[in-house]
Amino acid sequence: MVTLLEKPATFPGGLHLPSEKSRSLTEPLTSAAIPARLHVPLGQNIGEPAEAVVKPGDKVLRGQLIARSLGYISAPVHAPTSGTVRDVGDYPVPHPSGLSAPCIVIDSDGEDRAAETGLQMDRVYEADPADIRQRVRDAGIVGLGGAGFPTAVKLNPGPDHIVDLLVINGAECEPYITCDEALMCCRPDDIIEGIRIMRHALRAKQVVIGIEDSMPNAIECLRKELERVGETEIRIVAVPTRYPAGGEKQLIYTLTGEEVPSQGLPIDIGVVCHNVGTAAAVARAIHHGEPLISRVVTVTGAGVARPRNFDVRIGTPIGDLVEQAGGYTPDVARLLMGGPMMGFTLNSDRLPVIKTSNCILAASRAEAPDPPHPQPCIRCARCADVCPASLLPQQLYWYAFARNLEKVQDYNLFDCIECGCCALVCPSHIPLVQYYRFAKTEIWDMEREREKADLARRRHEARLQRLEREKKALEERRARARKALDKKPKAGDADAKKAEIAAALARVKARKKETQAATGQADGGNGDGN
Amino acid sequence: MEFPTHSSPYLPLRNDLSRLMATVMLALVPGALAMFWFFGWGVIFNLVIATTTALLAEAAVLRWRNKPVRAALLDGSAALTGLLLGLALPPLAPWWIPVIGSLFAIVIAKQLYGGLGYNPFNPAMIGFVVLIISFPLQMTLWSPPGGIMGLEATGFLDTARLVFTETLPAGASLDSITMATPLDESKTLSSLNLTWQEILSDPRFGNYGGYGWEWINLAFLLGGLWLWKRDAIQWHIPAGMIGSLFLLSLLFYIADTDSFASPLFHLFSGATMIGAFFIATDPVSAATTPRGRLYYGAGIGVLVYVIRTWGGYPDGVAFGVLLMNMAAPTIDYYTRPRVFGQRGEQDD
Repeated sequence: MVTLLEKPATFPGGLHLPSEKSRSLTEPLTSAAIPARLHVPLGQNIGEPAEAVVKPGDKVLRGQLIARSLGYISAPVHAPTSGTVRDVGDYPVPHPSGLSAPCIVIDSDGEDRAAETGLQMDRVYEADPADIRQRVRDAGIVGLGGAGFPTAVKLNPGPDHIVDLLVINGAECEPYITCDEALMCCRPDDIIEGIRIMRHALRAKQVVIGIEDSMPNAIECLRKELERVGETEIRIVAVPTRYPAGGEKQLIYTLTGEEVPSQGLPIDIGVVCHNVGTAAAVARAIHHGEPLISRVVTVTGAGVARPRNFDVRIGTPIGDLVEQAGGYTPDVARLLMGGPMMGFTLNSDRLPVIKTSNCILAASRAEAPDPPHPQPCIRCARCADVCPASLLPQQLYWYAFARNLEKVQDYNLFDCIECGCCALVCPSHIPLVQYYRFAKTEIWDMEREREKADLARRRHEARLQRLEREKKALEERRARARKALDKKPKAGDADAKKAEIAAALARVKARKKETQAATGQADGGNGDGN
Repeated sequence: MEFPTHSSPYLPLRNDLSRLMATVMLALVPGALAMFWFFGWGVIFNLVIATTTALLAEAAVLRWRNKPVRAALLDGSAALTGLLLGLALPPLAPWWIPVIGSLFAIVIAKQLYGGLGYNPFNPAMIGFVVLIISFPLQMTLWSPPGGIMGLEATGFLDTARLVFTETLPAGASLDSITMATPLDESKTLSSLNLTWQEILSDPRFGNYGGYGWEWINLAFLLGGLWLWKRDAIQWHIPAGMIGSLFLLSLLFYIADTDSFASPLFHLFSGATMIGAFFIATDPVSAATTPRGRLYYGAGIGVLVYVIRTWGGYPDGVAFGVLLMNMAAPTIDYYTRPRVFGQRGEQDD
């Protein structure tokens, strides 16, 4: 049973980073214009990408399902506005790899007509949690904090778990990003409503909203909203501002003093964690019947003229957003999706906004300098001092560098959250996080290969066994035939001939039976082998 | 619009190798000045010769290995090795002493192992140990600390002549211009069955750590604390080393005040402070986990005490550091911190 601490606990490591947040908060949150053409990727979440259910030429309405989810950990995709499907095919998507992926291209008709989605729900607090989950799933809602894990899955604790605590993450610890803060200040009603629905769906005993103490306005807005709706069972806790305070495991530790088990999930200690933006999306779906077709995006950095927050339709080209934020300044040198610590660089601004795009950072050279040339590691262990997972980044680096994939797992590589603290303080300027990502993908790759090899081996062994059995059966048959031949009486009288024919028939019958038995056995053998 | 891409994080990086080395060098200044004050120009000669040799040797080997020379020289690690070795040498040692020490430190102990970051042993201490084993006589050429018993430190010209041509000033003998260090002297005196009270009455032993040496150690302590304040070193290794040296010497001192030196003498004599803050903290060859660094430092402290008290050499910092260098990988292996979210060892 987890309990909330009176005084926030201090997670290990971490860094105080320059906040750079105020510049994008000077202008109010407004809706961005709907572009003439939208590129909606099919894979915007962790898990399986969706499968298109529309074809070029189809007319679609806003909120209409255009791609259905495949499997449990997957999320459907909806048309962000009304118009015509122009194409279904591979287009560039925002991803660190810079590769293309399946997208649905929609030409807007400018009318933005809404479809009937059937997501809306009356008397939600009397509803069955499974019904709420299904609607959240149908609304295509994924975690809007950045990872994009399908929300419906996280609303299903399963029969073996009791949710002691629902943590709502409003910490937003990365520099520059203010989309959650803008949402908390401008739409506290959606957030609180969404939290109440989530609490009901999870049957959570306690609810807490964790917000960095650098956002007093957001805290005040949510507090007022709680007062307005007379909600007394939801607590707001200001957590100390220190990166990565908004990391799921770090926030849970700060609030409860409990550590999420290594390579485990919060639910293992009775906690579920959702982002404030996700909560608002749930409220929009359940109360207004709107699937997830838009999100709040921070457009900021010294590279844009008027940094601000927009409510953006999914599929809007990033370039359009920058245009609406006053366009690029001459200083722009780099374009990032996400924050400067855990985001990734984009090679072009023609890429679309997706469900997990919390921030577009057009950075100047001073804000995001070119990576300096790495020098040898001197084992100073500053990386270990700032690691929020208490890992030994320096050891991980040496083993990743040497491609010693066993040792690197021994040193708990998979507890690394890739927060980037180690790389930021490294005096030798080694791109440590890159090494860890490399080692992780190598290990995943190796595991896939191993699974493949295992399957092939098992098949091969089963085949050998079957061949062996067949050979044995054949030999037995032959031996019996020889024996029968020896016993054969001398030819001559009719009786003997008759008996011979009868024996031959019996042999044929026996053989038939044996073959049947042998095939049956072989099948059974295969089953055992697997 | 098109943009360049690279891996996160993107914020300007906070630290820099060259800046780190420069900070350490700057922190050596008070100690070096104190040594200059008490031991004269020989200290400067040692520093200049050792550092120049170190830089030249580094450049030569890097060129030979087809590695970028400029970047490696600018990182400051070779210069720092030269400076640390230079500060460890007796001021009247002939010029080839720092040369051989530096060459050995850079070529054998550092570059042959793969250069910066790959050397298992502290290069400066390897250089020092090679010298003290090979040239024991030259390594005792400490001049009397200036001002002691009315003696002046050897002048610039006399020192230069002595260092570069090994000719003594007119009318002087080697014995008349050198003087054993307090650590060395205390060994000789206690072998004569003198009690520590009697030994300390000798003016060479100053107030508590030896005349001159106590000031030099204080100056290095000051520089070391500044380093710690500037976040260039962590507290674990100095605390471990000074702590264990203090405790061990206190224990023996309490048991027998006649035969054993006081903790204060051990802390402020010889190379204790420069060792604790500048030599043992060399990150490349030290232990790296927080608990490991504490053990590593404590191990050095123990070895220093053992060598000083019962060993054949007057000081034990160099040997202590090198012996613990050898143990560092093992210490690291057994002191891995508990990963966030993993249960404690008892629960396993």
